Amino acid sequence: MIVEIGHFAVVAALLVALALGVVGHVSAVNGTWRSLAATLASCQLLLLAFGFAVLVRAFFVSDFSVAYVAENSNSLLPWYYRVSATWGAHEGSFLLWTLIMAVWTWAVSLGCSRLPDEIFGRVLGTMGLLNFGFVLFLLATSSPFERLLPGVPAEGADLNPLLQDFGLIVHPPLLYTGYVGFAVAFSFAIAALVSGRLDAAWARWSRPWTNVAWAFLTVGIALGSWWAYYELGWGGWWFWDPVENASFMPWLAGTALLHSLAVTEKRGAFKSWTALLAIAAFSLSLLGAFIVRSGVLTSVHAFAVDPERGLFVLALLALAVGGALTVYALRAPTITSRARYGGFSRELLLLVNNAILVVALAFVLHGTLYPLAHEAITGGEKTSVGAPYFNRGFVPLMCVLACFLALAPVARWKRTPLAMLRNTGLMCAAALCLGLALPLVLGGTFKLGAAVAVALGLWIMFVHGADLWRRRDSTTRGYLGMALAHVGFAVSLIGIGATSEFSREVDARMAVGDSVSLNGVTYRFAALRRIEGPNYIAEQAEFVTDGGVHLYPEKRHYPVREQVMTEAGIAAGFVRDLYIALGSTLPDGSWGVRIQDKPMVRWIWLGALMMALGGVLAVTDPRYRRLNARARSRREPQNAGGLAAAGGARGYPSPAK
Amino acid sequence: MNTQRRNRLVAIVFLLGGTAITAALVLTALEENVNLFYPPERVVNGDAPTGVTIRAGGMVVCGSVAHDASGLGVSFVLTDYKGSDFMVRHVGILPDLFREGQGILVTGELDSERVFRASEVLAKHDENYMPPEMAGIGIEAEACDSPDSTDPAFAS
Repeated sequence: MIVEIGHFAVVAALLVALALGVVGHVSAVNGTWRSLAATLASCQLLLLAFGFAVLVRAFFVSDFSVAYVAENSNSLLPWYYRVSATWGAHEGSFLLWTLIMAVWTWAVSLGCSRLPDEIFGRVLGTMGLLNFGFVLFLLATSSPFERLLPGVPAEGADLNPLLQDFGLIVHPPLLYTGYVGFAVAFSFAIAALVSGRLDAAWARWSRPWTNVAWAFLTVGIALGSWWAYYELGWGGWWFWDPVENASFMPWLAGTALLHSLAVTEKRGAFKSWTALLAIAAFSLSLLGAFIVRSGVLTSVHAFAVDPERGLFVLALLALAVGGALTVYALRAPTITSRARYGGFSRELLLLVNNAILVVALAFVLHGTLYPLAHEAITGGEKTSVGAPYFNRGFVPLMCVLACFLALAPVARWKRTPLAMLRNTGLMCAAALCLGLALPLVLGGTFKLGAAVAVALGLWIMFVHGADLWRRRDSTTRGYLGMALAHVGFAVSLIGIGATSEFSREVDARMAVGDSVSLNGVTYRFAALRRIEGPNYIAEQAEFVTDGGVHLYPEKRHYPVREQVMTEAGIAAGFVRDLYIALGSTLPDGSWGVRIQDKPMVRWIWLGALMMALGGVLAVTDPRYRRLNARARSRREPQNAGGLAAAGGARGYPSPAK
Repeated sequence: MNTQRRNRLVAIVFLLGGTAITAALVLTALEENVNLFYPPERVVNGDAPTGVTIRAGGMVVCGSVAHDASGLGVSFVLTDYKGSDFMVRHVGILPDLFREGQGILVTGELDSERVFRASEVLAKHDENYMPPEMAGIGIEAEACDSPDSTDPAFAS
């Protein structure tokens, strides 16, 4: 009975979302329905949260009369995997998607309560319409509430063992929060375009939301990479798999959007370009949903193939993107930009940033969709695009991006005196020397990739560190956030360079008592024992290095699905990871064993966390609160440019350079 | 030239430069890294080139998996159950989902004896144990009599 009430709550949420769509847009015109729109946003959240809670409960108590629970759970699962199994497959994960959409909508209705009627109403209205589409998709093609009556199975078919992991608990919710969060930036862009207020104030309103969504997406992607590393990737941390690309493309667009918004807020420039990026970031989130949920592309973690779902998402995508681009086409030509800037300026650097990110995005998009296009053109000939394709284009582009990033702190709005670049040049020379020397000394051999990565990473750190020191008495949180995120990028860059160039691996055939040496470390296969988990039995090996490190890789057998899983044994460290994975047993009782030495691999995810923290730190900058309160007029001197730009965008000319 | 025009010019130059670089990167990178998929029939009848990285797939013939006496070398036969069989040779560790009687994908090269030298063995598949590339060619997985030959550890 409770399941039917949950189902009904989601149906009610569908109607509320539609009502919010209408009321929001009407209140933008008449202004009187404003509080009603906010109430509807709260209602939508309550209803979807209730529906979601009902599904979680069904999983928790193992109610196998619900088809979705029976297909994806089992009474032997530990309770935390039973709960996270709720979003372990298509139906439940999309319910989570709609719930997160409702949370963002509600947050906007609270956080933007002081915005003008036309913006407030149109943002909520657009988000309501979007979630109407999502909930309709959920109910029409993939309801998680369907019952198996009569004939309730006694036991569930179990959650895919691959997903029985901490990664499933945290990765999808964070990733979806990022994906869906770009709906806020999208809705702000639509609201600003429709109401003709595509100005610096709009950029300032949507900036914190974009930052937070981007930070969530960053952490979500990093967690996915870490999960793949220890669970399914045999030590790989990025595969250019279509589903990975699906999450990475909105991230690239979102990163470009963050930087473009900065120019629009401070200088009133790039306005229509920023709006286009906001539309693109969310459209790419939807494209990602299409790739993952339609099964059109071969991937390691696609959901089960269902053409009907694919068509529905494609229709949603076409409506959202088509609608947004129509609004854009009608409105964008009326937008003029008066801001001026000279040869070497912060505006120019951010333009370069956007150009590189968009080129990288186009490159990844092309490689991801190429097999689809090829199949359509040749009539069914299947291809795949290998990782070397992506690395060939993406790596050089990121190196160029890093060069320009290193100049970020010294560049000024409008025009930068060239004298300011002198120290930067010195630091570049120092970083170059260290970049050549450090990998050579620590890694033993010269590797171009590592040298370039370390030199660029150190240069970025030096320049940002020096600039932070210079401003130590007058930094803003926005500035600190930027510096932290940029240094995070450098940390990831160094990690990627070191891991890619200095990782060593060996596949060996080993029986208990055998030893193998890799990169100066001897690994001894010390013991093998059988252990029993809650819903699996495992062969656990014990490896001991000559340095006294113990590693415990496992081979697990899950009887419910007759599936075998590899659990790597990892000795994690700041400088290097030692990584052992058991392959299969061979006829004579020995094992295939893969041993890896992965230097600085943790830096990749550490850097991503720093980027995300930087994004959030910038949001806590008091100027956003001041703006929302619209009260005090006192501002720090650094913000004078922003004020002037905001004024310029409202119609009077910007101060002449 | 006023500043606005100059900025526009800079933007256009960047746009064109970016497009040109992307196009160049895409074309050179694609040429070497697109791997065509060949079903067993086309591997056997000679359609598939030798010495070029390609992808192939098929069902692992029951009882065909033979591990070397030492080292990690393994060979097995892939089939479409319609008379097209070919031998795959791989040195390394087979994936967890590798089973006799089920569909798998291999990436590698055909050598001069038309033995497929696999650099990578993939067992990506759906609930029907079928890689998506092979779903369209009308063959089905079958259960082998000696299940799980890759994992005798759990056979008991």
